[in-house]
Amino acid sequence: MTTEILTHPSRIKVPYTWSAGETLSRFFKALRDEQKILGIRCPRCQKVYAPPKKTCGTCFVECSEWLEVGPSGTLLSFTQASYVSPAHRSSKPFFGLIRLDGADTAFFHLLGETNLQSLKIGIKVSPVFAEKRTGSILDILYFRAAN
Amino acid sequence: MEPVAIIGVGQTVFGSNRKDQTYADLVYEATTAALADAELTIDHIDNIVTASNDFFDGRTISSMAVGDACGAAFGNGKSISTVEGDGSFAALYGFSRILSGSYETTLVIAHSKSSEGDLRLLTNAFFDPLTERSLGLDWVSAAALQARVFLKEKNISNIQCGNVVVKNRASGAKNPKAHVRKPLTIDEALRSPLLSAPLKETDVCPSSDGAAALILAKESFARKKSPHPIWIRGMGLCADAPFGERNLAESKALRLAAQKAYQMAGIDQPTKQIDVVELSEQFSYQELLWMEELNYQNSSRVNLSGGCLSAHAWIVSGLARMIEASLQLRGQASNQAANVKRALAHGQYGLCGQSHSVWVLEN
Amino acid sequence: MKRTAIVGCGQTDHNGNRFDVTGVELIQEAVSRALQDAELTLDDIDGVVIGNMDHFEGINGVELWSISGNGGILKPTIKLTTGGTTGSTLAIGGYHLTASGLFNKLLVIGWEKNSESDTTGAITTAFDPVWDRLVFAGAISGLAVEASAYMRKFGVTEKDAARAVVRDRKHAVKNPHAHLRREVTLDEVLRAPLLSDPIKALDICPRTDGACAVIFANEDYAEKICPKPAWVLGAANRHPYAYLGDVEWYPLKSLDLAAKELYAKLGIKEPLKEINLMELYTPYSFANLSWIEALGLAKPGEGAKLIWDGVTDAGGALPINLSGGVLSTNPIGATGLIRAAECAHQIMGRAGERQAEGVKKALSTGFGGCFWSDILIYGSEKPS
Repeated sequence: MTTEILTHPSRIKVPYTWSAGETLSRFFKALRDEQKILGIRCPRCQKVYAPPKKTCGTCFVECSEWLEVGPSGTLLSFTQASYVSPAHRSSKPFFGLIRLDGADTAFFHLLGETNLQSLKIGIKVSPVFAEKRTGSILDILYFRAAN
Repeated sequence: MEPVAIIGVGQTVFGSNRKDQTYADLVYEATTAALADAELTIDHIDNIVTASNDFFDGRTISSMAVGDACGAAFGNGKSISTVEGDGSFAALYGFSRILSGSYETTLVIAHSKSSEGDLRLLTNAFFDPLTERSLGLDWVSAAALQARVFLKEKNISNIQCGNVVVKNRASGAKNPKAHVRKPLTIDEALRSPLLSAPLKETDVCPSSDGAAALILAKESFARKKSPHPIWIRGMGLCADAPFGERNLAESKALRLAAQKAYQMAGIDQPTKQIDVVELSEQFSYQELLWMEELNYQNSSRVNLSGGCLSAHAWIVSGLARMIEASLQLRGQASNQAANVKRALAHGQYGLCGQSHSVWVLEN
Repeated sequence: MKRTAIVGCGQTDHNGNRFDVTGVELIQEAVSRALQDAELTLDDIDGVVIGNMDHFEGINGVELWSISGNGGILKPTIKLTTGGTTGSTLAIGGYHLTASGLFNKLLVIGWEKNSESDTTGAITTAFDPVWDRLVFAGAISGLAVEASAYMRKFGVTEKDAARAVVRDRKHAVKNPHAHLRREVTLDEVLRAPLLSDPIKALDICPRTDGACAVIFANEDYAEKICPKPAWVLGAANRHPYAYLGDVEWYPLKSLDLAAKELYAKLGIKEPLKEINLMELYTPYSFANLSWIEALGLAKPGEGAKLIWDGVTDAGGALPINLSGGVLSTNPIGATGLIRAAECAHQIMGRAGERQAEGVKKALSTGFGGCFWSDILIYGSEKPS
């Protein structure tokens, strides 16, 4: 005997309001108001974090020395997601891992005005800022090949 | 360290959509299989560690939903706890509960159903909500970034990655528990469409539903009751820095976890001293990267079960590797190697292998 | 197999809205304070265990996301989570992992930023998606049913419950870490707005942002780190499936069974006399009456008498919740661990203004919305 198997579609919807805290708020405000990217230096290991961190995870001391990094940087890696995802902001987006000039860490962002053939590890990229900025990581629309 | 043994193992068949069973049903199936394998009943088990993840299960306190299915109901009076992460990390907690002297036998059980949620959204939630998540990355696009760095830095070709897929799929075809049981030719692997460049569709593990259970016991219990004890001789666990702060072409965390496990087991020449290896490779390139960090060179002895490229359920995979390694040591694996005396099992969790466990097992 | 103890604790100053920090930064605050308390650095720590409730902050893989704040970079790092009992489950985990000898000095962290989500919505997803989820509304309704059944069975009053609120809130005034530090009167509690009969606004715990970190060390290290370590004597728990329609409302069965198991194991016959202090995960007023009956402190229906007699007040024979308890502070994933930290600091003599005298044995519990219970007992003397 075979039983007809039923399924029960559902969705968990929980609203969140994540506070950025003092450190990331300063970073996001600089993006929004000055179109600048800020990093922060660990006083012990001298590593420059961008995005900034309140404390260095390895040395476990508070970071306090702010500095401007980038806005250009070096492309460390890239991909184009060819599949469909509800998390994507556009169809078949390009993602990059970018080390901003003056920073020691890398960060993720979207890549724009590009194709897989023209992207190479090591090329210089620079940010394109959104016209309407709200103080979020999306105040940078994407990075593109510098010149 | 007092010896602790794996005395029973059980796995469900892994599949793309086990609609016929709820995840509690899968847990019950794996638990009863492990008990039967150990020739024990649930009364012999004095505590339980489950591995689950509220995101993957779509349920807060997801461990509650499987308590009864693994024997934790009131009447049994068993202590139960839950690790969120790979099942092999839950095995570490179960292992320590025995070493602590509090318990004699631990049931470790892991489950997940890839089919019931959207893995792209669920793994997007691994990213920081303020600085990363809204960009839309997930575990596959993140791995593609790692793959590109690793392939370039170590000068590894598409063909080498394709060979990993061909090898593991050939082994998986022999494993009745595997999800994908169809062998693949190197041509098919190389012609497979790009999913997230440089990763092609066949470079990525399947998304499976399934559960796995193992029973651990202290030495005196194992020697008395177990027909086939497998001994834990070494164990290491280590987590790495966030994505942007580590060199993606290497895995320092895995290297350190392996060092710890090798040191405990007295291994200084892994390739010579370890007969078979079961790795958690979610992507073909990861088998090559993990082997390098494990300092293990004999690829023909890696993932004889078919590995994650033949069946991959989040949370379950590392525990499944421990089970497959145990079966090799018992001479009962589906794709049995000759003369297996020592085996290594590996589990990983997070994006691009941020956290790793390494187990050295002997018969 | 090694004896193990708590050798250092750190808590954030708990608060309803820690907008000034992210979750990672909140965790780091508690970890720094724990390291300071134990006079250790991160280099001394050989593993990290952390826990919270996934859907309260909406972060998958919290142990890896928070690694820069939790101290786990290039160390073994694991997440333990069991809902409301997460904090006490973490304490039990710290005990087992160090007693095993696999870890010598372990950092254990519980945290929650309740301000970041709709916790009631998230709790509701604990229950069966097909059967219970559509009809169940958060944690309060279940507790209200328990309270009503208890009142009916023994003639206990809302005023009795209010007395327990007055006690916990009075204790909180002396705890610099507590979230609500204002005393309340019986009258205020009784006149507070009704939430779910008989539970009124002051009968129930607040929603708190906070983190707690506790350092466990085994016998090879404990006494070198801490002059008066708080030895863990034992632990027990019950986490069965909660079929809402089938819950037996009195006594709290999970606590009753876990307490009996642990008392038997440690040879405790008269807990009221043999234990000097308790920190209980009592998230609403009536729990302070009925659950101490499950713990064997009073006969069925007589918990209230103990409360009115002042036995459990500061200065009483068995002070309970000198920290102000859960009615004053509730960062859920941290709450059970805070109970452990408070017991440990009382044994170490580091409880500041809320210090009790001569604490030789202390007991902490954990509770979860699935009617689960955890229990641990600590002692000032190294177990034989």
